Amino acid sequence: MNGFDHWALTLAVFLPTAGAVVLMLIPSREELLLKSTALVASVAALGVGIYLTAHFDYNRTSTLQYQVNRRWIDVINSHYHVGIDGISLPLIMLSLLIVVLCVVYSWDHFPEPHNPKAFLILMLVLETGMVGTFVSEDLILFFVFFELVLLPMYFMIGVWGGDNRQYASIKFFLYTLFGSALMILSFLALYFKAGQTFDIPTLIHNGAALPHGTQVLIFTGLFMGFAIKVPMFPFHTWLPDAHTEAPTVGSVILAAVLLKLGTYGFIRIALPVLPDAARTWAPWIGLLAVIGIIYGALGCLAQTDLKRLIAFSSVAHMGFVMLGISTLNSYGINAAVFGMVAHGLITGMLFFLAGSIHERFGTREIARLGGLLKQAPILGWILGFCAFASLGLPGLAGFWGEFPAILSAYQPAPGLSSGAFRTYMVVAAIGTVFAAGYLLWMYQRTAFGNVKTEFEHAHIHDVHVPEYVAWVPMLILIVVLGLVPSLIFRVTDGPVQHVTAAFSPPVVTVPSSAAAP
Amino acid sequence: MILAAASTFKAPYLDYHALAPEIVLTGVLCVMLLADLFLPEERKYLVGTLAGLGFLGALLPIVTLAVQAHHQRVMFGGAYVVDPFALLLKALFLVSGYVVLLMSTTYIEEGDYYEGEFSFLVVAAVLGMVVMASARDLLTIFVALELLSIPGYLLAGWRKRDLKSNEAMMKYYLLGVLATGVMLYGMSLIFGFTGSTLLTDIGRSVSGPAGNKPIVALGIFFIVVGFAFKVSAVPFHFWAPDTYEGAPTPVTAFLSVASKAAGFVALMELVFIGFAGRHDVWGPLFWGLAAITMTVGNLIALRQTNVVRMLAYSSVAQAGYMLIPFAVAGDNADATHTALTAIIVYLLVYGAMNLGAFAVVIAVARKTRSGEISSFGGLFSYAPGLTVMMSIFLFSLAGIPPFGGWFAKVYIVEAIFKSGTPAAVVLGVILAVNSVIALYYYANVAREMWMRPVPDEDRTPVRVPVPVGAALGITTALTVVVGVLPNLVGHLGDLAQLTGALGK
Repeated sequence: MNGFDHWALTLAVFLPTAGAVVLMLIPSREELLLKSTALVASVAALGVGIYLTAHFDYNRTSTLQYQVNRRWIDVINSHYHVGIDGISLPLIMLSLLIVVLCVVYSWDHFPEPHNPKAFLILMLVLETGMVGTFVSEDLILFFVFFELVLLPMYFMIGVWGGDNRQYASIKFFLYTLFGSALMILSFLALYFKAGQTFDIPTLIHNGAALPHGTQVLIFTGLFMGFAIKVPMFPFHTWLPDAHTEAPTVGSVILAAVLLKLGTYGFIRIALPVLPDAARTWAPWIGLLAVIGIIYGALGCLAQTDLKRLIAFSSVAHMGFVMLGISTLNSYGINAAVFGMVAHGLITGMLFFLAGSIHERFGTREIARLGGLLKQAPILGWILGFCAFASLGLPGLAGFWGEFPAILSAYQPAPGLSSGAFRTYMVVAAIGTVFAAGYLLWMYQRTAFGNVKTEFEHAHIHDVHVPEYVAWVPMLILIVVLGLVPSLIFRVTDGPVQHVTAAFSPPVVTVPSSAAAP
Repeated sequence: MILAAASTFKAPYLDYHALAPEIVLTGVLCVMLLADLFLPEERKYLVGTLAGLGFLGALLPIVTLAVQAHHQRVMFGGAYVVDPFALLLKALFLVSGYVVLLMSTTYIEEGDYYEGEFSFLVVAAVLGMVVMASARDLLTIFVALELLSIPGYLLAGWRKRDLKSNEAMMKYYLLGVLATGVMLYGMSLIFGFTGSTLLTDIGRSVSGPAGNKPIVALGIFFIVVGFAFKVSAVPFHFWAPDTYEGAPTPVTAFLSVASKAAGFVALMELVFIGFAGRHDVWGPLFWGLAAITMTVGNLIALRQTNVVRMLAYSSVAQAGYMLIPFAVAGDNADATHTALTAIIVYLLVYGAMNLGAFAVVIAVARKTRSGEISSFGGLFSYAPGLTVMMSIFLFSLAGIPPFGGWFAKVYIVEAIFKSGTPAAVVLGVILAVNSVIALYYYANVAREMWMRPVPDEDRTPVRVPVPVGAALGITTALTVVVGVLPNLVGHLGDLAQLTGALGK
């Protein structure tokens, strides 16, 4: 490992922070300078990300690479331990890319009350939190980064958001904090029960030996923390509000990356560290996941606001991801990771589009929109493309997140009731039909038909340059990943096999607590 | 006769190096009194400068003593000890005293209050705290407590033409005296049973079956209740909100940080040395106090519209968090050690963030002339720097990384898990729920500052006086650095083993 490899992850995490510090020193009237600095910082971080991808050893995807393990907080034996494997790599790249695109997108239309300086600083701090979470291999470090995303997002929604922003922002904050308060209790319980360490690889090694009862208790705390973040039904109620009120860029980052922190937590921490508890919990997680799929879809059908509709579709899509995770087999978890990336790109795009439509028409009421294809054909076609991607059309990225997740429920990991999971499978499959229903109905109402009278004479811009720059990379990725899914599966499969190894050998269902004295 | 007695009198051994901070402070006090007499009105601020120099001067010997921290200095037969624990807390008291002076200079000058006497009383109170950090004897603790309390009573009423300030002083004084009485009664019971005022002697006498007597339990109960007043634990917190609101804001900052910390220091000495063997008595007592203090403090804070009252109830709740380690300390030796460290770490971090929050309140109130939370509306649009700092302090108080408060809280949870009993874990869950409740009112101020319009569209920038700016700089730096590199305070806390504590 050369010197740069040693610093690469740290750079990817803290370059945005450095950018934020520089931004603080630039007076707020120098807008162009502020924007270029933010762009440079985020592009530099993306550059590091590309380096990471290029030099990643694809033959050893399940081992941690670019590892750094330094002393950090001695008194609680917590280390600055970072490293990435095949599961983290795609998510890091997604985060780095999305932030660059968000900076570009907001180039000449910052939401009210303007103030690009503060907005960009928050965005960069957010980037540090997101990337940091994906590289952490120490629970305390993970916790700090996991929480670090809360503050910027709180301010982003609360200051730059819609009419109901204050309520939405505090709701988002309180919900997530409640989850993470229980999560940190579980982290500390793990520390004391599993060998006085916060090191995730060590805990994965030690955790399986914990008595079943202890595992289930600790898992409950982790579950609350991660499930609220995902969010799973019935903890999802913060999401529609937060998404709807957030400024466009905030919604995009929230949908594309923040929700993944929860699912990532399940795959990285909860499942491998506490396999027995995961097996106990899996049917319940699967149940909540399919409820989420159906509930989200029905919620979508009832929405009149474009952004709120997309927000509810997130609940449904994250339900597929969680269903994949709950099967505890490699097929399902691979699908889950793919689903995370695909949902990030597609729903991120949909939020971009909703933001642009709102900007042009001054409304997101689906009933007032119509005839988008006539007034802004390119925008209309992109919306159509993304709607199809979102409903899981084969050949586009969304398909590879949904279809294998459903399929994997046919045969969950040994020890799980295949009857229950096959029921889930059927329900989830019905969910995809709903998805097609609400997305196509939404598309029909907004893009087809005639322009509504109130907008007949309005001048509606078609896609302009910053939007092209921000969107084209995502659209290309949606197609490329749809056509060549192995780009991601090849990277994730190794570490996923590693995770599921704990579940796949036929398990004699004697709880280990019975063996303990 | 007297002469004969004098010849048998043996001067106690005095370690002047160890006593240097106290001596410096006493010397500065005398100089300040004299200087105040002779200085003309317009140059009274020099007394404050003297006080500041005194604090910095007293910090010097602490540094030299800390260098030889392994060398533990015991005087007066164990009644006065200078060990790393004492040094660390003395430094905390001196620095917070200094920050309070920085915050108050402009406030006192502009309010046209007595300047010289103000600084004099602050230094006197800090001297009491510095003594408290070394006290290992019931009498010394009592004297130190009086020395730090009486200036506090006076300072609370410093705005003498303001009825609220008078009320603040009266409430603080009456309840404080009552608490002292209760505590003294407890001390007399303990002295009566053990025949000694030395904490180490008491520790030996009350532990084990021999000390398992109702009278001991009663004594411990009264002493703990006495200090519960001091640290404003529920149900002995009634004075705190009124006193905090009525007192001059810098004094409120002083009372809620330094004075409260002194109460906790005394509790640590008493509980970890004197009553270490009787955790069956104080363990449940602290469990109840902690649970009810944080819950009640947070719930009432939710309803406050005045920022100082809100911070007052928040400090009640924070005291509740700091009582948690006491509740779990007795369960095993490991938990005792972690609990002690957790309290110290929390005190250090709490000092920085709470003083900082009050400094912002003082800076903003100079412009808005109001203590209402609504007067912070739209602060971000005309004072972004202050807004960011206030947000840092508030979210640190709420325990959100990456600001200092999160580490202090995690340390408390660590003490809980070191104990590991079901009761301790229940307390941990109560703490978690309380953290969420608390976030609401802290975020409420943040919301006012960032997301609400300016009340009367008055966007004239806030001019921050240099001393207040310095206070803000110190506290912000501490809050952020501790949050990102917690190892710094983690190590400090680790050094601070309380000499003579159980298991040492």
